[in-house]
Amino acid sequence: MRWCGPSGRRADPALLENLVLQALSGLASASSLFLVASGLTVIFGVSRIVNFAHGSLYMLGAYLAWTLVTNLPRGHLGFWGGVLGAALLVGLIGLVVEVLLLRRIYRAPELFQLLATFGVVLIVQDLALLAWGPQDLLGPRAPGLRGSIEILGLRFPLYELFLIGVGPVVLGLLLLLFHRTRWGTLVRAATQDREMVGALGVNQRMLFTSVFFLGSVLAGLGGALQLPRESVNLHMDLSIIAEAFVVVVVGGLGSLSGAALAALLIGELHAFGILVFPKITLVLVFLVMAVVLVVRPHGLLGRPAAAAHGAGAAEPPIGPAPRPLKLAGGAALALALLLPPFAGNYALTVLTDIAIFVLFAASLHLIMGPGGMASFGHAAYFGLGAYGAALAAQWLGASMLGGLVLAPFVAGLFGLLFGWFCVRLSGVYSAMLTLAFAQIAWSVAFQWVELTGGDNGILGVWPDAWAAGKLTYYYLALALCLGSTLLLRRIIHAPFGYALRAQRDSVLRAEAIGIDAFRIRWLGFTLAAAAAGIAGGLFAYGKGSVFPTTMAISRSVDALLMVLLGGVQTLSGPIIGALAFTGLQEQLVRITDLWRLVLGSVIVVLVLFFPQGLAGAARTAWERRHGDT
Amino acid sequence: MATLEVEALEKRFGGVQAVRGVSFAIRPGEMLALIGPNGAGKSTCFNMLNGQLRPDAGRVRLKGRDITGMAPRRVWRLGVGRTFQITATFGSMTVRENVQMALLSHHRRLMRLWRPVARMDASAADALLARLGMAEQAGRPCGILAYGDLKRVELAIALANDPALLLMDEPTAGMAPQERVGLMALTADIARERGIAVLFTEHDMDVVFSHADRILVLDRGTLIAEGAPAAVRADPRVREVYLGSGNMMSPGQGGH
Amino acid sequence: MLRVTGLSAHYGRAHILDEVALEVAAGEVVVLLGRNGAGKSTTMKAIMGLVPPSAGQVVFDGIPITGRAPFEIARLGLGYVPEERRIFTELTVLENLEVGRRPAPPGMPPWTPARLFALFPSLGAMQDRPGGRMSGGEQQMLTIARTLMGNPRLILLDEPSEGLAPVVVERMAEAIGALKASGLGILLSEQNLHFARGVSDRATIIEKGRIRWSGSIPELLAADAVREQYLSV
Repeated sequence: MRWCGPSGRRADPALLENLVLQALSGLASASSLFLVASGLTVIFGVSRIVNFAHGSLYMLGAYLAWTLVTNLPRGHLGFWGGVLGAALLVGLIGLVVEVLLLRRIYRAPELFQLLATFGVVLIVQDLALLAWGPQDLLGPRAPGLRGSIEILGLRFPLYELFLIGVGPVVLGLLLLLFHRTRWGTLVRAATQDREMVGALGVNQRMLFTSVFFLGSVLAGLGGALQLPRESVNLHMDLSIIAEAFVVVVVGGLGSLSGAALAALLIGELHAFGILVFPKITLVLVFLVMAVVLVVRPHGLLGRPAAAAHGAGAAEPPIGPAPRPLKLAGGAALALALLLPPFAGNYALTVLTDIAIFVLFAASLHLIMGPGGMASFGHAAYFGLGAYGAALAAQWLGASMLGGLVLAPFVAGLFGLLFGWFCVRLSGVYSAMLTLAFAQIAWSVAFQWVELTGGDNGILGVWPDAWAAGKLTYYYLALALCLGSTLLLRRIIHAPFGYALRAQRDSVLRAEAIGIDAFRIRWLGFTLAAAAAGIAGGLFAYGKGSVFPTTMAISRSVDALLMVLLGGVQTLSGPIIGALAFTGLQEQLVRITDLWRLVLGSVIVVLVLFFPQGLAGAARTAWERRHGDT
Repeated sequence: MATLEVEALEKRFGGVQAVRGVSFAIRPGEMLALIGPNGAGKSTCFNMLNGQLRPDAGRVRLKGRDITGMAPRRVWRLGVGRTFQITATFGSMTVRENVQMALLSHHRRLMRLWRPVARMDASAADALLARLGMAEQAGRPCGILAYGDLKRVELAIALANDPALLLMDEPTAGMAPQERVGLMALTADIARERGIAVLFTEHDMDVVFSHADRILVLDRGTLIAEGAPAAVRADPRVREVYLGSGNMMSPGQGGH
Repeated sequence: MLRVTGLSAHYGRAHILDEVALEVAAGEVVVLLGRNGAGKSTTMKAIMGLVPPSAGQVVFDGIPITGRAPFEIARLGLGYVPEERRIFTELTVLENLEVGRRPAPPGMPPWTPARLFALFPSLGAMQDRPGGRMSGGEQQMLTIARTLMGNPRLILLDEPSEGLAPVVVERMAEAIGALKASGLGILLSEQNLHFARGVSDRATIIEKGRIRWSGSIPELLAADAVREQYLSV
């Protein structure tokens, strides 16, 4: 465990000394965390891109440092040269990513940029696997810092002490850079209005690229400096990115000092949390983030962002589906009804999953499209529905129908509770809070073993006898999912759906005509949660079991991918996205070990060439042919 | 009775006294202009009237009822319509749908989940749009409308509630001169017809002097003049802080 | 110095600029008059490279600049003062000026903060104030000063009088007069004819993206029918 204090001090020391060492250990962690988070926040400040791939850059920093350090001659030059070399190499990789990918999508919606960087995460994971293999790699210790010193009679590793110093030094240098140099002034100006900076004669593309280089170097450095502390492995990227996001959000997006403060908070929380609350270590960080965001909606030192200049054009109005879409929908429905009796068991399982994910995606779309809110934690409600059904089956002996009725209520109830906090915030902050609640729900499922079985899950959640056949269950799932999805569509066309869009388009105007934006968003969130709960309940009975992974981050990301691939602006988008994504992933996993590489590349290509999603692209093409409005 | 009575309104931001001791009243059907240099506190004043800002001290009464510090949506329900300096409409909806939203909210039907909006209050919305000369634009999305038309949509939305008071923050900013006069003349007609009190801020002095019944002049948070257009125009203090020598206005305008 | 010929631009399929042609000589002030949405701002943005033109040519000081990036155009000595001011609200007055700073062409005395504070005295009193805490009039002065820091030889000045108090508009007119006297060419866009006629040498009227009339200010003042038709004042 990375967050355990330094080892080799089990000699039953006095409490006070132990606490001091624990605090120092927390400082070292905070320092490392700050390096990564500072890069993330600097990049966000200028480009407004939430860079999921920042964790991948961190991981590459560690791998490259391992390669350099183990191949260069031993000694100071070899080690420190290797670490710095790795940081610079990662800087160059970041630069390439910026020039080839991000530069082309600066004008795309925020979530699309997120999607693109997530594609990069997938690509890097497989590339790292190809280059360095699946086994953990151990690096050498830092020359000159191998030993430890005695503090209050206890031994503390020198290298940790060195790390404690690195954070403040980097913070000081960055603050000087941003506030005392022309480059820094230009960057701060570009943060607010990049087009205007260009019109004043500044090459803002170079400026952005240089910022991305700097941020990537910091990520690479953070990763490289971990070499003497922990083994290098393929999970470093996602584990650090979640923490770095927490730090950046708690500190306030774009604020360096805020990131430093938050890193300190989170680092110490880890160090002491393990002593004080060993049971809930996994949630502690997310609990703290939730509390901070509820009290300070823009983080500790963040400020409300001014509306980006010339930000996105208005979304198109919604109308009745055009004829070709109706025909295609009818044809798809006919296939979904008529084909399955001739399909095998495997195909039926896949088709059932697709039906479930269509509803899951459609429920997320209600929040993201008409609601204008982002959720990184929608899987929580899918999982809560699944657990609601499974727990009812296990502890109450409920029938399948009882479980399926209960599922949306459980999910909706938690949607009501969590939503009350989440919908108060906006943008990335709100999305991060949804993630925090999802993580809390996930770790409760994971750690409350007595109730949920923990990692072993709940088994034996089978459908009632009449629906036990795969085909029957498929038709049941199809009927419920399709019915719920159509109901969601109906709601979008009804006054409530319009009110959702109204508060998204202009809160100012909505409030000025008596619309309670908070209440509308809150109910929208709850409705979406309940719908996801139906999907989750069906999923539980379809698989016969429930595990904590039903509400893991990766499932939330899947839902995001489905909605964004399909297109947020169209009502058919989530349906098409769910079909495309589930189908694609299912096939890729079957035919290649490198499915992440392929999927990541597909995502990147889609973002570059279909920035409105698949359904959006189809609509644009159709309108171009038929003459719009 | 006055439609709106404002009494000794105060607001501070940090160390800056944005509005101090502002009092005035508006009668039904009256067009009252609030003018003054940039940063004089006009927008702050406005935002305290419809509840977007809570005043530090003072009272705001609508038809005798105390509405000080009430949330904008409650103030709206009591009959205060508002248009914004930078138009705020629902860009993803058509002009008609924008007005329908105000009507649906007025009739408290927003929470309905089943019946499509397309079949609710459409004819009432169309009637209102026709009164404002926007009937032909009813089916167009607000997101692609010309700026001057958006200002009219805002007015239609503000009128959907049968308001007693209209608050218009720079209603003609960004419009062509001809459109400005047209919009304000229409507003004045409707105000008189329905007995609506109108309070507006405006930088175009041609608009102010030809359409206001009375003018308030604000400087550094304080009212420095109040009265009929001709008197305000002649006031030496107003000329010094705001109007200047008058070269920047069309010659020969005065009252109407 | 600035010559625009056949400049067209599209938004979707809608023509927003249709073969716009105009010219500004060194030290000359030309005003582009027209209603809101007539295409004044778009003309300036298209010249500056901020809106991609679909046809036509822009030549600045003998160099074709059509299709170049805005920063390259700015570096050639063409300054742009946008309509919405767009100052950097988090940066101080001095930092705003620093963003605009570019070396002066040989033989031209460079603009410095000190010289600019002489031109706009109110800015000098608030050098370290963040741009977000300035009044609209002060912000408008700062946008002009910021552009001047790039030592341009010609500036595009988009509706500088919009939303300003008449007193401030008078001061703006004085500043523009001083700039013209220093030899700076100015393409001004305006709706306020009273303001424009005081500071300009020539006028060009634009309507629905097309140039409808061009001539000197006295000619415009004499042409009642033209003013009636396009300016409605």
